[in-house]
Amino acid sequence: MEPIVLYKVCKSFDEKTVLQELSMNIPQGETTALMASSGQGKTTLLRILMGLEQVDSGYISGMEGLQKSAVFQEDRLCENLNPIANIRLTNPSLSYIQILEAMHEMKLFDCEHQAAAELSGGMRRRVAILRALLAEWDILFLDEPFKGLDAETKRQVMAVTCRLCRERTVLLVTHDLSEAKAMAASGLISW
Amino acid sequence: MTSIMHGDRSRLRGIRIWAVLFWLIIWQLVSIAVANDILLVSPLQVIQRLGELIFTEFFWYSIFFSLLRIIGGFILAACAGILLAVSAYRFRHIRELLEPVMLAIKSVPVASFIILALIWFSSHNLATLISFLMVLPVIYTNVLDGICSVDNQLLEMAQVFRLPVIRRIRYIYVPQVMPFFRSGCTISLGLCWKSGIAAEVIGMPKGSIGERLQQAKVYLDTPELFAWTLVIVLVSLTFERLFLLLLKKIAGRLERM
Repeated sequence: MEPIVLYKVCKSFDEKTVLQELSMNIPQGETTALMASSGQGKTTLLRILMGLEQVDSGYISGMEGLQKSAVFQEDRLCENLNPIANIRLTNPSLSYIQILEAMHEMKLFDCEHQAAAELSGGMRRRVAILRALLAEWDILFLDEPFKGLDAETKRQVMAVTCRLCRERTVLLVTHDLSEAKAMAASGLISW
Repeated sequence: MTSIMHGDRSRLRGIRIWAVLFWLIIWQLVSIAVANDILLVSPLQVIQRLGELIFTEFFWYSIFFSLLRIIGGFILAACAGILLAVSAYRFRHIRELLEPVMLAIKSVPVASFIILALIWFSSHNLATLISFLMVLPVIYTNVLDGICSVDNQLLEMAQVFRLPVIRRIRYIYVPQVMPFFRSGCTISLGLCWKSGIAAEVIGMPKGSIGERLQQAKVYLDTPELFAWTLVIVLVSLTFERLFLLLLKKIAGRLERM
């Protein structure tokens, strides 16, 4: 598979330059971790690749026709819908049982009838991760996906995520090198 | 939490009934003190006259006549308000074009509209037009505010996951716009009845509640005037409750997956 190529990508907001002639190759079919210190434009880069921002200059190739999925920094759940409905929103072909089994793998028990607004922060996070993993996708963007999870839950959620992302194109933004390693990221791009 | 809320609600309802009873007693006492049926009738006389009216054919015909026109105006305005708000959100020029129109409708006194309408058209469907004009800007403004306040993060999520338009409307727009629409309906339902009946009183379309009110005034039939006023309040409140209940059910069904 051809890699996703970024060539001299520039992006500014008002006067502030966030990405300055950034070039990189992102291999497809594997997990790539993007690491940079805060304010260096990691989220902006993901937003550009997701199609939510336009570049000021430079070009990107290899993204054409790819079906995207994402875990944003925020949970972005429909507050009035329960976890199953939130997950089914992005993939209606999933059955109730399939979603319930996946929820149990993520240690989400007895919350399938609760509205997202009533869930705890950790539960909401896991629903957001599950929604992204169970959607139909060619490329998955993970923007600090495990933020706010306790160590034990994080370990379990990462194991499920890792299994469902095997040999697929994943872009992981993280500050934590151990997280990148645990996600079996074969590539690490930092700037 | 739920039980506390239920407790508060029933307490509120209790206070309202108590307050209503208090004012009814005051009304009864004042009417006894005044002792003039033309100036002030007692609540018992009003109930008695209402009891007589409900067995007449014109009573039900008048209610049906006014209800049909006023509610017709409300429903037309609600539909037009939603469509215009969506168009205004989608196209800036439409929004700019509608802004002065809505401002004019909101600012012009209802009496001016009624008189103008009587010059231009017949009085038969006057209540529909007036009710439409009173409701339209309220629904338009509320729905537009609702659409503008839809969470941008959810819209971005929908864009990334390529959610179809129908699913976006149903699960993202409807739940967030519905409280605005509901609030607009609550305000405008009262408004459409007040303005619709006012239009009928001035235009006197044959067979309307407004005509009955005007006749009660002409013949100084105060018990009938009060009885019809009570009917308007009851019909308006009943329709408001039923409509909001229906709206809640529709919204609930739409949001359910």
